[in-house]
Amino acid sequence: MKRALLIGFLVASLMLAGCTGQQGSGGSQEGGSGSGNSCDIKSPPLFKEGVLTVATDKPAYPPWFEGNPEHYSGYEGEVASEVAERMDLPIEWVVEPFNKSYAPGAKDYDFDINQITITPEREQAVDFSEGYFDNAQGVLVLKDSPFADAQSISNLKDARMGAQVGTTGLEFINETVQPNEEPKVFETTNDAKSALESGQIDAMVTDLVTTVYLRDFEIDNSVVVGQYPRNEQFGMLFEQGNPLVGCVNQVLGKMKEDGTLQELEKKYLQQYLSVPTLEK
Amino acid sequence: MNGPTLTLENVHKSFGENEVLKGIDLVVEPHEVVCLIGASGSGKSTLLKCVNLVEPIDSGRIVVEGEEITAKGVDANRVRRRIGIVFQAFNLFPHMTVLRNITLAPREVLEMDRQAAEKRALGLLERFGLLDKRDEYPDRLSGGQQQRVAIVRALAMRPGVMLFDEVTSALDPELVAEVLSVIKELADEGMTMLIATHEMGFARDIASRVCFLDEGKILEQAPPERIFTSPENPRTRQFLQRIIAAGRL
Amino acid sequence: MTSGNPGVQPDPREPAGAPGVERGSKMLGSRAVLVSSASTMLFFAVIAVVVVLAPGSEVVAERFFSPFHLWQSTVGTPSTPSVVGAFLLNVKIFAVSEVLILTLALVIAVVRQIPGPVFFPFRMVALAYTDLFRGVPLILVLYMIGFGVPGLGLEFISYLPDVTYGIIALVLVYSAYVAEVYRAGIESVHESQNAAARSLGLTRWQSLRFVILPQAVRRVIPPLLNDFIGLQKDTALVSVLGSIEAVRAAQIYGASQFNYASYVVAALLFVLITIPLARFTDRLISRDKRRREAGAVA
Repeated sequence: MKRALLIGFLVASLMLAGCTGQQGSGGSQEGGSGSGNSCDIKSPPLFKEGVLTVATDKPAYPPWFEGNPEHYSGYEGEVASEVAERMDLPIEWVVEPFNKSYAPGAKDYDFDINQITITPEREQAVDFSEGYFDNAQGVLVLKDSPFADAQSISNLKDARMGAQVGTTGLEFINETVQPNEEPKVFETTNDAKSALESGQIDAMVTDLVTTVYLRDFEIDNSVVVGQYPRNEQFGMLFEQGNPLVGCVNQVLGKMKEDGTLQELEKKYLQQYLSVPTLEK
Repeated sequence: MNGPTLTLENVHKSFGENEVLKGIDLVVEPHEVVCLIGASGSGKSTLLKCVNLVEPIDSGRIVVEGEEITAKGVDANRVRRRIGIVFQAFNLFPHMTVLRNITLAPREVLEMDRQAAEKRALGLLERFGLLDKRDEYPDRLSGGQQQRVAIVRALAMRPGVMLFDEVTSALDPELVAEVLSVIKELADEGMTMLIATHEMGFARDIASRVCFLDEGKILEQAPPERIFTSPENPRTRQFLQRIIAAGRL
Repeated sequence: MTSGNPGVQPDPREPAGAPGVERGSKMLGSRAVLVSSASTMLFFAVIAVVVVLAPGSEVVAERFFSPFHLWQSTVGTPSTPSVVGAFLLNVKIFAVSEVLILTLALVIAVVRQIPGPVFFPFRMVALAYTDLFRGVPLILVLYMIGFGVPGLGLEFISYLPDVTYGIIALVLVYSAYVAEVYRAGIESVHESQNAAARSLGLTRWQSLRFVILPQAVRRVIPPLLNDFIGLQKDTALVSVLGSIEAVRAAQIYGASQFNYASYVVAALLFVLITIPLARFTDRLISRDKRRREAGAVA
């Protein structure tokens, strides 16, 4: 009995600390996201001196990442590399599982780029750069599925839907589609793919680009039913309060201005974006 | 019924290389109480276990109440119903109450219904002064009580012959008497019994006949008055002398 | 007599002259109780101080123990399922699986030890079964059954809900382990019990059913419970096939809100169902121990 009380005391005191922690979120460091003022691009605050350390998950999928993990190409690979180049820094790639990317404490890298959607809730815990890609949801079904010629969200109400955990796909399903059957959630895109192929789910939702890639290269007899933009942007993920965000935003801003970002998009993603939009 | 209750003819039994019974010939007539005496390892326990078919024999015959139980195709389970045996370690079933210990076999083997089985069990318990223990678990009983329950458990099957394998050897001395008095009662009622024992005084008191077993052979058998006072075989004499010297006779 | 409480009577059920640990500590006075309470409190206070004073403690507290997030993950949001609600799936999977496992494992254990040459193939099948399913990791079995069987397209069998496949995988794997536990229990019952039962005329099956198995099962309650508890956690793996149970729900919340409080909620739930089970088992064990120490074994 006493033991239970003491453990309760311990937890309660930590929760109390949590309360105060929340009011003063951001801790003791200055510099919110978005402001370019407190980062000197000539000598930016880096995890490792003289190098831009960038993290992503493993395995890293095309067309976001292609080629040798030492120097990734692909859309995100090249966006990051371009940022490094413009900051006059060599780039070094490290691995960070998605689930760990939002853990508290210091990060072992400068930023994480991994198709992470910017949301206000997430900004309570980390800092994001400006968006570098506008994401839409994609819905993938097998050709012989009764849902293959769905044209609107309401056509999908009876579908058994699946999404990968941690993606905004699940939110899209729950908030927008609201299917009659509870959606299934999978650890990886691969598992969702297996479920689709074995008939355990009717439709798979993930980001549009990946959906189309799967259709073209991985799942025979599949069709992308449509896309659904949700005003989502991918951003690079930084440790909360890291002033480096300012520098990166500066560079990103330039890349948008001079059309570099668009070129990269054309180069890697163009073929994956021409999909009809689903109606409500 | 006529004819002997139990006959052993030239029974041999080995455990691997070791021959434990080297040709046993023994006859037990109805209502006889035959005591087996002899040193440890002489084969007394093995003999009893062969009689109730716990151990298969290597050669020879055993006949119980006219049926050759060692013949091919004999249903051992059926035979064992007719033979009651009580062991040195009481071997009560610890997860069952005393009453259930006793009624288990009558209900499952003899297919008696619960009431009848319990009636029989309670009658026996009462007879031997254990009625108040009927809902106890064996761990709450003294050694002597447990052994008496073990005897009752065997009796509940109404066997034609009772075998006792050193049933008091594991008991504290002060508990031995209560068990022996139960066996004596059974003897007085005419139960045919084959008893392996170290208790010489008891054997002298109760036995119709005493057999001395030595290294797998029955060296001598005679009524107790004769065998204890003037044994013929020198090894018998040797054995009894040692017993007397140990103060156990 | 030891110092302390001269008025305490020895427990009549303890064998005389055997001072058990329990009896010994009953004899300790209130002073010892005071000292142990004080030292326990001090111990936890030190830990609490160290943790609270750590540099990252505020952030960790907010990220793991924030009351807002603890609450929100418990009740759920429009886009994230409630961890508590999802935990009901774990409970359901666990309840159904455990019953099936206890049964199937018993069958396998009994088949393993049926004597006689005619039963050789059955013994071999049981042996192969335990080797196979103790060898293959559970996650692989889940994948093979959960994605493989539906892929075959067989009538009826391939169209079951994924939770069913999950339960099948759990039952197949755990039955192999539990069968070995049963087998150890059966072999630990002294042969004299079987001898006594057979001597009364009971058949081999009757002896097994009424005498051996009841004792065998009681003896292996601790390792059975251990497997039980492991099973409770392994129910989370069924999420690999798509259904949302507590850990997955925690993960969904975590990814959406970038907060780990949901995991704390899930962990608490798992602990909460383990504790009563553990205490209940302790009681079973001590009750059985008393009974077992009757004079049974020579």
